[in-house]
Amino acid sequence: MATDDVWILGIHMTKFGKHPDLDTIDLAADAALNALGDGGVSMKDMGVVAAGNLMAANAGIGQQLQKQLGQTGVPVYNVANACATGATALRTAIMAIKAGECDMGLAVGVEKLSGAGLLGGGGMAKADKKVYEPRGRYGSVATIDGRIGTETMPGVFAQVGMEYGHKHGGATFELFARISEKNHAHSTLNPLATYSKKMSLEEIMGDVMIAYPNTRPMCSANCDGAAAAVVVSGSKLKTLDPTQRRRAVKVSASVLTTDPWEEACQVLPNVNTLTRNAADQAYEQSGVSPEDLDLVELHDCFATAELVHYDNLGLCAPGEAVPFFESGATWRDGQKPVNVSGGLESKGHPIAATGIANIWEVCHHLRGEAGDRQIEGATVGLAHVIGLGSACGVHILESAAA
Amino acid sequence: MGRQVPLVDYLVLGEQPHLEANECTSCGARYFDRRNACASCGATSFHKAAITTEGELRAYTIVSMAAPGVPVPFVAAVIDCDGTSIRANIINTEPDPENVKLGMKVRLATYTVGTDDEGTEAIGFGFAPLEAPDGNR
Ligand SMILES: [Zn+2]
Repeated sequence: MATDDVWILGIHMTKFGKHPDLDTIDLAADAALNALGDGGVSMKDMGVVAAGNLMAANAGIGQQLQKQLGQTGVPVYNVANACATGATALRTAIMAIKAGECDMGLAVGVEKLSGAGLLGGGGMAKADKKVYEPRGRYGSVATIDGRIGTETMPGVFAQVGMEYGHKHGGATFELFARISEKNHAHSTLNPLATYSKKMSLEEIMGDVMIAYPNTRPMCSANCDGAAAAVVVSGSKLKTLDPTQRRRAVKVSASVLTTDPWEEACQVLPNVNTLTRNAADQAYEQSGVSPEDLDLVELHDCFATAELVHYDNLGLCAPGEAVPFFESGATWRDGQKPVNVSGGLESKGHPIAATGIANIWEVCHHLRGEAGDRQIEGATVGLAHVIGLGSACGVHILESAAA
Repeated sequence: MGRQVPLVDYLVLGEQPHLEANECTSCGARYFDRRNACASCGATSFHKAAITTEGELRAYTIVSMAAPGVPVPFVAAVIDCDGTSIRANIINTEPDPENVKLGMKVRLATYTVGTDDEGTEAIGFGFAPLEAPDGNR
């Protein structure tokens, strides 16, 4: 328990799914209060609040949360960083502690997304009289989404997976569907998942096609949800009681990256290089290697994305993601369990909550509190998120006993 | 024939329609819209560069569900044109995995997007397979 370490003291996620009777603030407050309770602390102990919400990013969710459960006058950082928003909120609180500004902080991510439909893409508003006039950065005279490629998320990530298959071979429609089959099978053990129904390969492949090769169950589920974490400095943790110290989870690495420029990265978002860079930095920071990981929660916003991140996170040899998956390694009883929560495809993806919810999942196992889906003896885990634009967050966590 | 306008300003019409990029004078990085400085090297001068009209299909998806008003299905793709990546649709072939193959050779083709109330025709572009899937040209 080195004094300059940062630890997760308390953490919570709400049930993901439809919450018609709860608004954004209700969900955020539910996650926050339970995270504080889990850590045995209160809002009065927090020296900083970092709050993430994407769909209403200008609403000042952090201040609204304070009004809902405790206005103590501490600084609030409202953050928005695509699908990495939750990880960014957490990292903001961690940075405040590392900077020595405070010894405890609260990070929250929340989203109301059920019924949001397809994300990304869209066109221009229709005028009464049609006269072609160049508009915008490309001087376009009509909608380009659908005419010059696609801006929809399922379409972008489908191409990411297809490109990997083109380079390395073996990435068929069926292989991607099998990844989804795994995550849906895992979700049956997660009572907080939006969908916790096992699906057969035939059901997955036969479902509505969204963007080949991603059918509907191979896409992340839009849903409502929130997650929150309390972080504490190592020196403060030393002063807390033995139960708090035993259940604390060490943040061995906290990394956020963006795209370095590469040819094509402004044409099709490159989700690979920034994930590789984040993983490399995280392994370096923590002294943990991919072989040491007992479980991984990675950003399977689409089945096609999960495959490429096996490689990007160094879970397999370069170019070997297909045989790695085919070996059964990433099933919960395999040698490198991936997305035992059910992943975004079944647990759901309330955007800003995701980057803390995946850390909640890892912490749950490291504390030995994951119940039916416990990965036995887990002491080290990794959580990864990526948002297009792009931003990638990687956290490596270790149990107090590790 | 009435007036024609390109769907986007980086499509150059005329005898030999082609795409044109803003190329960094210093490092050669290419952009399809304006930049104040090069995202790769930071240099601030750019010139126009014509892009070769033939390339290879590097990634694609067949979009079946899109925003309202966008006709589906269509093939969205990334084409490698001699080292420059282009976002475009694959056109003039059936949108299915039997007719769209990764690595296949494609060529720029133009088509009419529509005509406005003043009779101006908008011209779009896509990439069409060079060879039929059975190997006949
Ligand atoms: Zn340059």
